[in-house]
Amino acid sequence: MTSAIETKNLSISYGKNLIIHELDLKIPKGEITVFIGANGCGKSTLLRSIARLLKPTSGTVILEGKAIAKLSTKEVAKQMAILPQSPSAPEGLTVLQLVKQGRYPHQTWLRQWSEEDEKKVNNALKATRLEELKEKPVDALSGGQRQRAWIAMTLAQDTDILLLDEPTTYLDLTHQIEILDLLFELNEKEKRTVVMVLHDLNLACRYAHHIVAIKNQKVFAQGKPEHVINRSLVKAVFDMDCEVTPDPLFGTPLCIPYGKGRCILKEVVISHG
Amino acid sequence: MSKYKNLRLFNGKMSLLIDRKAAFIYTTLAIIAFVVFVISTGLGEMKINPLTVVKVLLGLGPEMETLVITSFRLPRIIVALTVGISLAIAGAILQGLVRNPLASPEVLGISGGAAVAVVGFMSIFSDQNHSLTVSIAWLPLAAFIGASVMGVLVYFLSWKNGVPPIRLVLIGIGISALMQAFTTFLMVTGPIYQASQANIWITGSVYGSNWTNVAILVPGAVILIILAILATRQLNVQELGDDVATGLGDNVQKHRFLLLMLSTALIGISVAFAGTIGFVGLMAPHMARRLVGSSFEALIPTSAFIGGILVMLADLIGRTAFSPLEVPAGVFTAGIGAPYFIYLLFKTRNS
Repeated sequence: MTSAIETKNLSISYGKNLIIHELDLKIPKGEITVFIGANGCGKSTLLRSIARLLKPTSGTVILEGKAIAKLSTKEVAKQMAILPQSPSAPEGLTVLQLVKQGRYPHQTWLRQWSEEDEKKVNNALKATRLEELKEKPVDALSGGQRQRAWIAMTLAQDTDILLLDEPTTYLDLTHQIEILDLLFELNEKEKRTVVMVLHDLNLACRYAHHIVAIKNQKVFAQGKPEHVINRSLVKAVFDMDCEVTPDPLFGTPLCIPYGKGRCILKEVVISHG
Repeated sequence: MSKYKNLRLFNGKMSLLIDRKAAFIYTTLAIIAFVVFVISTGLGEMKINPLTVVKVLLGLGPEMETLVITSFRLPRIIVALTVGISLAIAGAILQGLVRNPLASPEVLGISGGAAVAVVGFMSIFSDQNHSLTVSIAWLPLAAFIGASVMGVLVYFLSWKNGVPPIRLVLIGIGISALMQAFTTFLMVTGPIYQASQANIWITGSVYGSNWTNVAILVPGAVILIILAILATRQLNVQELGDDVATGLGDNVQKHRFLLLMLSTALIGISVAFAGTIGFVGLMAPHMARRLVGSSFEALIPTSAFIGGILVMLADLIGRTAFSPLEVPAGVFTAGIGAPYFIYLLFKTRNS
């Protein structure tokens, strides 16, 4: 399995705080990789550093075989797109105007709307089902639609790799599934490499081909969710006692925490392991 | 008719997407600006009808009217138009960079810096008889330098791993207040002649504009305006936030600095020839956004013409409404602008 992105000995600090320490990671090409971990464990920091939004204290990020620090920011933008957490668009900007911006790395001051640009933008609007809404202001859309608009922008950027920092936080469940289904489809159809930070462990297990658990400034475990996620991992990474059982719809690991709540079972059936 | 027009020339080597509705709006504003220009030129102590004005502009007018227009009125109205356009574009750029509709040349201390430079210039280069020891032609340069120095200073003081917009605004407001205090101090401790001269100038006036001024101002402004138009894509992408802009391949810090300097140059050149005409850089882009939205392709021309119209009207009222008194244009732009600013503050108080 070739890697789209690799980190070698990556260390990142905020001032004196060491967030990530000498982390080695290989992100598989053409798959969906999800970073999970407790709040503040550094998963967003790691993603942002890979996206070159943050400069690492030491170590390297390698993009398609080349050190990212040696590439111009424009070259990187042609290979990798990033959707940061809670992006905001200026008041009144329409969906079309936003998605057009995705073409930025491919344009020059003279060539601002080539046929290629037009095609990619239209494809992005189609893939995110926003064609009917393209003249609406972004701030007038629902949470799910707005997020789709931002994703459409990154699609128009036409990169092999898509990074998303908590794309589903603040969305209600319907919209969370809407976004994750979209990303899953894009990966299936177009084989784009997707790397995202998700805070919902169960959704992560359902959509990720490759899951990376971050703890103590390093990769604690990584691999297929069904190989990696179990009681002891969840306890170690999230300090939470839970049952891990196959999801009844998808078969992927479903984590059910112990704790308080109304127990209405007549018989409690527990599987060990 | 579709909403957009694809403009593709030279076999695709040049391409642009034009929003028809926005184009209609700024073209209409351009026509209004021209009409205001012609009418304004015709008004004053000697009233000249618009048709005659157009004849004079074409070089076919009667001698007396041509003299009045070309010697007294044209330079001043051209300066008013150019300054209005420049301040409006500068304000649009600042608001895009700082991502805050309250950002403007005054708020960020840049106009204040120019004001200090001018009053300082007049203090330093005056002798006992209260007259200037150097040519007044150096005054515009002093204003320009003051604006640029303040622009750079505000930028570097705001630097902290890049320039977060909020810091830029806060530091700008602080510096602005400091500059105002300093200016008042210089005026109070200086000779009386200076204080009243400086005061008129600071309020913002195009009184006394001549063709020399125009010859320096207009080419300079045109170059800067062209640069602003060339920077449209960078402006658009910066509005999306630093992270998104970097992700799209923009060199955010470098472009932010250059755009700030471009804005400062536009402000400096305006302040040099017309004093601090306040609030145009705040109101014009704001009104423009209401009309054509936040995309800079339309925002720049729309703000520009609104700014030009505002200053020309302010000057027109100032020199005709209180005849024979001349009230500086800055009084009227502040008269509409200050309540507008307060209204904006009031509206955004919940966000």
